[in-house]
Amino acid sequence: MTVAVFFGCTFIAFGPAVALFVFTIARDPLRVIFLIAGAFFWLVSLLLSSLVWFITVQISNKNSATQQTGLLIFGVVLSVLLQEAFRYGYYRLLKKANEGLLALSQEDTMPISIRQLAYVSGLGFGFMSGAFSVVNILSDSLGPGTVGIHGDPQHYFISSAFMTLAIILLHMFWGVVFFESCERQRWWALGAVVISHLVVSCVTFVNPHYQGSLIPTYIILSIMAAWAYLCAGGSLRNLKLCLTCKDKDFLLANHRPR
Amino acid sequence: MNTSDSEEDSYNERSALVQCESPTIPSYNQDHDMSLPQETDTKRRRPVSSGLDEPGPVERERASTPDGEEEELTLKYGAKHVIMLFIPVTLCMVVVVATIKSVSFYTEKTSQRLIYTPFEEDPNSVGQRLLNSLLNTMVMISVIVVMTIILVVLYKYRCYKFIHGWLILSSLMLLFWFSFMYLGEVFKTYNVAMDYPTLVMIIWNFGVVGMICIHWKGPLRLQQAYLIVISALMALIFIKYLPEWSAWVILGAISIYDLIAVLCPKGPLRMLVETAQERNEPIFPALIYSSAMVWMVGMADSSNPDSADERQRNEGGALAQEGVESEDDATQGGRRRYSAEEDLEEDRGVKLGLGDFIFYSVLVGKAATTGGDWNTTLACFVAILIGLCLTLLLLAIFKKALPALPISITFGLVFYFSTDNLVRPFMDSLAAHQYYI
Repeated sequence: MTVAVFFGCTFIAFGPAVALFVFTIARDPLRVIFLIAGAFFWLVSLLLSSLVWFITVQISNKNSATQQTGLLIFGVVLSVLLQEAFRYGYYRLLKKANEGLLALSQEDTMPISIRQLAYVSGLGFGFMSGAFSVVNILSDSLGPGTVGIHGDPQHYFISSAFMTLAIILLHMFWGVVFFESCERQRWWALGAVVISHLVVSCVTFVNPHYQGSLIPTYIILSIMAAWAYLCAGGSLRNLKLCLTCKDKDFLLANHRPR
Repeated sequence: MNTSDSEEDSYNERSALVQCESPTIPSYNQDHDMSLPQETDTKRRRPVSSGLDEPGPVERERASTPDGEEEELTLKYGAKHVIMLFIPVTLCMVVVVATIKSVSFYTEKTSQRLIYTPFEEDPNSVGQRLLNSLLNTMVMISVIVVMTIILVVLYKYRCYKFIHGWLILSSLMLLFWFSFMYLGEVFKTYNVAMDYPTLVMIIWNFGVVGMICIHWKGPLRLQQAYLIVISALMALIFIKYLPEWSAWVILGAISIYDLIAVLCPKGPLRMLVETAQERNEPIFPALIYSSAMVWMVGMADSSNPDSADERQRNEGGALAQEGVESEDDATQGGRRRYSAEEDLEEDRGVKLGLGDFIFYSVLVGKAATTGGDWNTTLACFVAILIGLCLTLLLLAIFKKALPALPISITFGLVFYFSTDNLVRPFMDSLAAHQYYI
C-alpha cells in the first residue's frame, strides 16, 4: 500500500511537469541550463525568507503556539513576495544577458526568445518549489506508518500531491504572464500575478479543510492557464486549428502532411 | 581499516576540467589551456583546472559564416558542453545518494580512520573537535601537495613507466577491491544470497573490462560509465571514512588548494599543464572523464598507430591536444574508427577530471547522510550544478585554465549549511501545517 501511495503521489505531483520537461526542454541544452538557473533563483529566495523567519522565531516566545503560527504566516507571505522579487530579478538578468549576447553577435535573432525563457524559468521555479514541498512527504509515504493516527486528516498524501501539481503548473503560468507583463510594461498584470500567488498560498491556511484550499487553487490554475495561453500568443482560432490538425505553420514546422 | 598507499596513489590523479584544444592550431583556439588533472594518487584530490572546449575547430569549419551565426553557434556549443558535463556529474551524484540512502554501511560510523586523518574527533568537546578536524585537514592537504609535487617531478623527468604503473595499481584497487566491498554491502542490505564462484566471475569480468576500457581502448560510453562508477566508489569511501567535521573542512581546504595550484604561476598543476603542452602529450587516460570521441585516439595517427597507442598509454600532459590533432589528421587521412559521422563539433568534447566528480559527490553524499531530509540534498545538487555552469561560463570568458572546484564547492557548502539549519525547520513547519509557499 505504501509503495502504491508513493508512486501514485509522485506521478500526480510531478507527472505533467516531467512530461513538459522531457518533451519540450530536454532536447535543448540552453533551455536546460536556464531551467536549472531558475531553480537556483527560487532556492536563493527561499533561503532568504527562511533566514528572516528563523531570526524572528529566535527572538520570539517559543512557547506560545499562536505566536509561532502567526510568525509562520508572516514567513509564508514574506516568502511569496521574495519569490516574486527574485522572479523579477531573474527577468532583469536574462534581459541583460540577452542584450549582451545580441550586441556581441550582431544578429537579429537570439538563440532563445524571451517567451521561451519565461516558460523555462517558470518551470524551473515550479520544479524547485514542488520538490521542496513534497519530496520529504513522498519519502515518508514509503516508510511504515499510519496516516492520521492522532486524528489528523486521512488524505494528507494525496492532497499534498495535488497541491504540488497545482503549484508547479501555476509557477510556470506565472512565469509566462510575469515576463510578458514586464515586456509590455503592464504593471497591473504583474500585480495580478503577485496577488494570485499570495491568494493561493493564503488559501492553504485553511488546510486540512481541503475543499477550501484545493478548489480555489484549481480555479486560479485554470484562469492563469488561459491567461498564459493568451500571453504566449494563443487564441481560440489557434486552438481549433491545432486540435483539428489544420494548423499549417505547425505542420510545416514538423514536416507532416496535413 | 587504514587504507594503503596504493589506494592513496590511485586517488591522486583525478580532476580538472580540461579542454580539448589543440595548441597547434593557435589561430582558432583561444583556450588551449587544459588544466591537467592531478595525476597523482587516487586519493588525493587534485585541484581541477577546467577548460571548456571552445569551438575552435567549429569556427574553423564555419569560417565563412557570418559572425553572428558563429556567436550563436558558440553559445549553442557552449551550452551543449555544459550539458555534456551535467549528465555525468548528475549520474555520479545519483549513484552516491542512492547508495547512501539504501545501504547503511556507508553511513555507519566506525572507529577506523584513514591514515590521512589521524586525529580522532571527540564529540564531547567542540573546541577539541574543531582543532582535530583542522589538523586532519592539514595532514590531508599536505599529503596531497606532496603527492602532486612528486607527480610533477616524475613527469618532468619522464618517468612515465612509474606513473603508469602507479595509475594501474590504483585503478586495480578501485575496480576490484572497492567494488567487491560495495557489492558485498549491497547484497547484505537486500539479503541476496550469493556464492563465491558467481561473485568471483562478476567481479573479475567487471574489473578486467574496466581496466581495458580505462587504460586502453573501449567504447566511449562504457569508458564513461566506468569512470563514473569508480568516482562514485571513491566518493563513498571518503564519505565513510572521513570524520564528520574533517570532511567539511577538507572540502573547503581542497577548493582553496585547487585555486592556488591552478592559478599561481608556480602552482604544481599549472607547471604540469605547461610541461604537457610543451611536450604535446596527452594526459593520463585514467584521470579524466571525456565526453567526446576524441578520446579514442589511438588510431588516429595516420602514420603510426602503434606509437599513438604508446603515447596514449604513457600519459602525459595535454590531453586533448594530441587527440584532437590526431583526429584532424585522421579526418584528412580518412581514418576514423569510432566515427559517427564525425561532426567536428561532436569531437570537441569537454573533459572533466575525476577528482571533481569525486568531491562533488562527497559533498552531496554527506548532505544525504543527514538522515531523512531530501531538501538539503536537492539544494546541494542544484548549487553544484550552478557552480559548474558558472565555472564553464568563466572559462568561456577568460579562456584559460580555471579550477572547477572552488565555485561549486563554495556554493555547495553555503547551501548545505544554510538549508540544513535555516530552511529545514521552516519547511518542516510548513509541511506540518500543510501551508504552501
